[in-house]
Order: sequence, then C-alpha cells, then structure tokens
Amino acid sequence: MWQWFHKLGSPRWFYHLSSKFLPWLALASVVLIVTGVVWGLAFAPQDARQGNSFRIIYIHVPASFLALAGYYVMAAAGAVGMIWKIKLADMVMVAAAPLGAALTFIALFTGAIWGKPTWGTYWIWDARITSMLVLLFLYIGIIALSRSFSTRETSARACAILALVGTVNIPIIYKSVDWWYTLHQPATIKLTGAPSMHPDMFKPLLVMILGFYCFYALVLLLNTRTEILQRERRTTWVKELAAGK
Amino acid sequence: MFQFDSFDAFLAMAGHGPYVWAAYGVSLTIMAWLALSPLRRQRALLGELRRRLQTQRPRGES
Repeated sequence: MWQWFHKLGSPRWFYHLSSKFLPWLALASVVLIVTGVVWGLAFAPQDARQGNSFRIIYIHVPASFLALAGYYVMAAAGAVGMIWKIKLADMVMVAAAPLGAALTFIALFTGAIWGKPTWGTYWIWDARITSMLVLLFLYIGIIALSRSFSTRETSARACAILALVGTVNIPIIYKSVDWWYTLHQPATIKLTGAPSMHPDMFKPLLVMILGFYCFYALVLLLNTRTEILQRERRTTWVKELAAGK
Repeated sequence: MFQFDSFDAFLAMAGHGPYVWAAYGVSLTIMAWLALSPLRRQRALLGELRRRLQTQRPRGES
C-alpha cells in the first residue's frame, strides 16, 4: 500500500502510466462531445418556452459541472500536496487552475449569451452568476499566485491555502438558486429525484456531461505532464525522453 | 429526428441562430485550444532540451 502510494507520487511513473490512458481519453472525449453537439443542436426537440436558444444548455450545464468539480480536484490536490509533501499533487493543482478557469469562463459566457434571448439581458448581478464570477477570480488568483513566488514550496503552500479557503464558495454556488431569489433557474439535474427535463432533451445532455468529464481528465493529464516535463527537465529520464524522440 | 425543415432553418434556429452558434463556436474553440496548447508546450520543451543536449555532448566527450 505504502509502496503504491510512493509510486503514485513519482512524476516519472505517472508520466509513463498516463501515456497509456491518453489516446483512450482523447477518443472518448471526441466521440462523446461530437455526438452530443450534433444531437443537441439538430435532433433534440426545441424547448416550448425558450425555443432554440435552449440548445445552449448542452454546453452551459456540462461546463458549469466541471468548473465546480474541477475546483474540488484542485483544492484536494493542494491539500494532499501540503499535508504529505507530494510534489506530484502540487503539479496537479497547478495543472487544474487554467483548465478550471477556462471552463468557468465558458459557463459564464454561454450563460450570458443564453440570458439575452431568455431574460432580455446578458448580465445581471444575481447570486448564482456573481458566485460563479467569484469562482473565476479564485481560479485566476491561483494561477497568478503560482507564478509569483521564486521558490516552489512557498508557492505551492500559498496556492493550496487559497484553494482550500475558496472551497466555501462552492456550496454557495450550488445553493444560491435555493437561498436567494434569483433569475437563474433551479438545478435541472439533481442527484435525488428525476431530472425536470424530457428524456429526449436529457439524453444528449447526459452524453455531453460524460464527454466533458473525459475531456476534463484528458486536459488535466496533459497539463500535469507538461508541468512534470518542465519541473523535471534536469533529470536523466526527461533528458533520455528528449534525446530518444 | 432532424428538427428543422431545411439547412437554412437549422442555421437560423428561428431567430436564435446568432446566440446558439456564438455559444457553441466560442466554447468549442476554447476547448480545442485547451487540449492543443499543452501538447505544443511539451513539444517545445522537449525540442529545446534536445537542442541543449546536442550542443553539450561534443564538449562533454572531448
């Protein structure tokens, strides 16, 4: 068990193991997302009230899911790195920040575009939207912080602490539509109970969510591998890798 | 079943076309960039390392 734990913390081992998963993750993300996009844009029935603008849901909801889940991934990696001093965990945290920021931006951007035909405005300072904007700033803060220290250890600890403090925002985002009167509609999908959506509309959404999870895993691995190469560039195995290609 | 009468109707999305296509276009472009940029950085890193190794080797061997 401990041996396995130590192996998992070895960047070299992680780099070689992840090479085996990458092609499958890439294939799964492309197939699922292309299927979901075509299904959602052309074959799902249009919404009775919102018409075709509702099709934005197939990007908006999966991106929002992963923006939030990605924050947990980043904070958990930061905590693991800080408690057990595992360098790989710190690399995962740094790799998760720009990915999470991009997904949060996509969620906000598609939400704004969807808001125009539906609510008549691109932006409103409503609880859900404002707390998502705070999430974007948290991600950006961690990216900035990770680049502003000269020593890796200080930078890793500062980022981990900011990431952990920032997790209070996540339940606020989830609950904002229940706690405050918001323009944003309540959750479409809940873990408890059936989705408030017709199956013909829901199936492509499920495909997109699965596709986004695969895509998230793929980009997180790619970013972590880049971080590993960058930080381990003076080691023999990376030099061998560079020379062998 | 295809929801639109024609390809033009598909593009127009009954007036919502610009919104829907902008949302999909921007999002998918960002996602493509997310997947490609680490690959590009890796290639640049390894290339740079290889160049450095090649210039170092003759000095080390002599």
